[in-house]
Amino acid sequence: MPSFHGWYVALWAVLPALAVFVIWQMVSPMLVTEAVLQSPAAAALPADPMARNAVLEEARALATGELAGAFNPLSNSIAPAFAAAIGRYAMLGSLLALIVAFAGGAFGLLRIRPDLRARTKVERLVMAVLLIASLIAILTTAGIVLSLLFETLRFFSYVSPSEFLFGLQWSPQTAIRADQAGSSGAFGAIPLFWGTIFIGAIIAMLVAVPLGLMSAIYLTQYAHRRARQWLKPMLEILAGIPTVVYGYFAALTVAPAVRDFGVSLGIPSSSESALAAGLVMGVMIIPFVSSMADDSLAAVPQSMRDGSLAVGATPSETIRRVLVPAALPGIVGGVLLAVSRAIGETMIVVMAAGLAANLTANPFASVTTVTAQIVGLLTGDQEFDSPKTLAAFALGLTLFAITFLLNVIALQVVRRYREAYE
Amino acid sequence: MNRAATEWSGKAMQERLRRRYASERRFRRIGFAAIALSLGFLLFLLITMAVNGLGGFMETRVRIDVDFPRSDLFLDPAALQGPGAATALAGADIEGAVAAAAQSQYGPLGPALISDAAWLRVREAIAKEPSLPGRKATFWLPISSALDAAADGEGPPELKQAAQRLASAGALQRGFNLRFLASSDATDPAAVGIWGAFKGSLLTMLVTIVIAFPIGVLSAVYLEEYAPRNRWTTIIEVSINNLAAVPSIIFGLLGLAVFLNFMHMPRSAPIVGGLTLALMTMPVIVIAARNALTAVPPSVREAALGIGASQVQMVFHHVLPLALPGILTGTIIGMARALGETAPLLMIGMRAFIATPPGGINEPATVLPVQIFLWSDEVNRGFVEKTSAAILVLLAFLMAMNGLAIYLRNKFEQRW
Repeated sequence: MPSFHGWYVALWAVLPALAVFVIWQMVSPMLVTEAVLQSPAAAALPADPMARNAVLEEARALATGELAGAFNPLSNSIAPAFAAAIGRYAMLGSLLALIVAFAGGAFGLLRIRPDLRARTKVERLVMAVLLIASLIAILTTAGIVLSLLFETLRFFSYVSPSEFLFGLQWSPQTAIRADQAGSSGAFGAIPLFWGTIFIGAIIAMLVAVPLGLMSAIYLTQYAHRRARQWLKPMLEILAGIPTVVYGYFAALTVAPAVRDFGVSLGIPSSSESALAAGLVMGVMIIPFVSSMADDSLAAVPQSMRDGSLAVGATPSETIRRVLVPAALPGIVGGVLLAVSRAIGETMIVVMAAGLAANLTANPFASVTTVTAQIVGLLTGDQEFDSPKTLAAFALGLTLFAITFLLNVIALQVVRRYREAYE
Repeated sequence: MNRAATEWSGKAMQERLRRRYASERRFRRIGFAAIALSLGFLLFLLITMAVNGLGGFMETRVRIDVDFPRSDLFLDPAALQGPGAATALAGADIEGAVAAAAQSQYGPLGPALISDAAWLRVREAIAKEPSLPGRKATFWLPISSALDAAADGEGPPELKQAAQRLASAGALQRGFNLRFLASSDATDPAAVGIWGAFKGSLLTMLVTIVIAFPIGVLSAVYLEEYAPRNRWTTIIEVSINNLAAVPSIIFGLLGLAVFLNFMHMPRSAPIVGGLTLALMTMPVIVIAARNALTAVPPSVREAALGIGASQVQMVFHHVLPLALPGILTGTIIGMARALGETAPLLMIGMRAFIATPPGGINEPATVLPVQIFLWSDEVNRGFVEKTSAAILVLLAFLMAMNGLAIYLRNKFEQRW
């Protein structure tokens, strides 16, 4: 395969040169600064390192043309030295890269012989690229865990973990001045956890589980094949609508209706309510529950269904007494996955549930969730070291841990069930 | 054991059978009601958005006659043709002239009738037709959102009367507002558009696909075709499956901590948004690509190896091309999800007020879903229709992407 020999030489020519170029890009700014400091114009620089760095930074911007005029006259005098140094080192770098490219190419060319197995060597590189690509997933997971953990530990240096996990008061608004009243916020996250469970695991599931399960039963057991072909994709559209659209719908249409209904019942209601957010979230989750239930109903062996029908049970009796109990572990796993998705859902609760942390069981009242608080804490002015912004990362870590646990449990439940019938 | 035979035709048994059949019909009806309710909700949502949103593509205009020679506007038509035209236009008080014309035509209420940004249209017209300031001209300018509300029966009584007067005098006109697709965010609902957010979305998606697609496909190829079964492979697989289920807002926190605070990339820029969404989309692509690769029968691999292809040639020359339609379908679905994503982008600051479309992936931008979120927060009633109109555009794009995915699947799907 002659083309592999060509690739072999090309890779030898390009890769080392590229490596040199990248390293040079990282090293040369330091070399340039060193060279400028050695130049006679640098004698006038202030000794204070901070002031000196400011001048150097400005001179660099002047020399590269990012700035048109300097604020500090000193920068003007150093800029020519900077420009010269940058030019010199850029030239040196290009020359070095070029030499390495030629040397690498020559090395590769000299190694080419009829018995050189170029294909094997080129393919070893391809495999390395593939391995690196698949390691990105691990890196992302590690990045999530480490960044959340790091910021959470910093948060716990302000607020104790037990206060965060078991405190009943959540008011993260820390005052701007230390001597103001209520200058320390309260970071007890129980109201948030309750709001998250109330909306995502109770109200939304009260909507999604019956509707999703019954839809799946109707589609798999009763609907004609042609009807099923049309109805199932239409149901899936519900899952494809962006959450911001659901949120807008919840805030604009559902929430006012829910409030009016609550007022007509004589229950204290607010314009942002747990019920409105939970209802819309439940609708969003329906196709999720339905497709999981669909899969687990389909996995029940046909012989069980036939047996039940053969002894005279009606289809609905077969479904209720045989199919659903047999598929129950799969359905429960699906519901757990749906809960994990519901509590991680952000936009609906941000737009329809509000930011007031209430510990209440009144579905017409405004409650807040973990995700809504993360958005609330991290938008607006960001001073990164305040407990207010760091609290968002602690909440994020909690959310990550809970959804991870739910997913693991759900998969375990599903797997155990599968072993029973295969 | 001695037991009497069941008397199937007896009254009790018939009654019982009737009950069982009734319960069967009830169960079936409940199932149908469940799916009808779900689809009814979908229909209700879509119709609500369409009814509200179609208004966003329309605008009501009011007739304004501007008598340029008699106004305080000192614009020499000759000065508008030379090289100094832009400066001459920028220095002229067109806004004042238009307000004065509205006042002389419709009384003291006049300036309140037209939208704050309406004079910009007059300026555009003058730039296009430099002889305009020399004569009297008639413009149809967008009405203010207060007048719009008054026309619908809300607001102060004098505005309502004005709306009725204008309508009966034939001074109001309703027409398509294609500027909505071509302009960017603004403070005045009559002047807003989605082009800026749309371009931001395009740039973000570009970054996402350039990063997520190659990495996702290569990592799927490695896991499916080459990876040895050991602990490391298991860790990779578990983390990919777990990443696919991580709430999207967590990716936003990752982007904020790593890309913004650690690597100091520019805030609000499509590059950061694209990177964040790429990390989120990659697991989806990996899972879809692995399914597509598994579907290629082993006989293809064995045939390729049998005639002397290497492992790499076998995959890249034969297996991957056969799996490509499935991979593309999964990628498009993943990209559609990323296009509708809002929460992670809020975390990395893509919620700023951006009045000019971004020029590159390093410039501050916003994206369609975030724009929808920002407009939904506006107090001004005029934004309700604009928000729904933006939702319609977003939904149209998502439907188109999903339709393309379904088309690809049906056209190229092979059963082995």
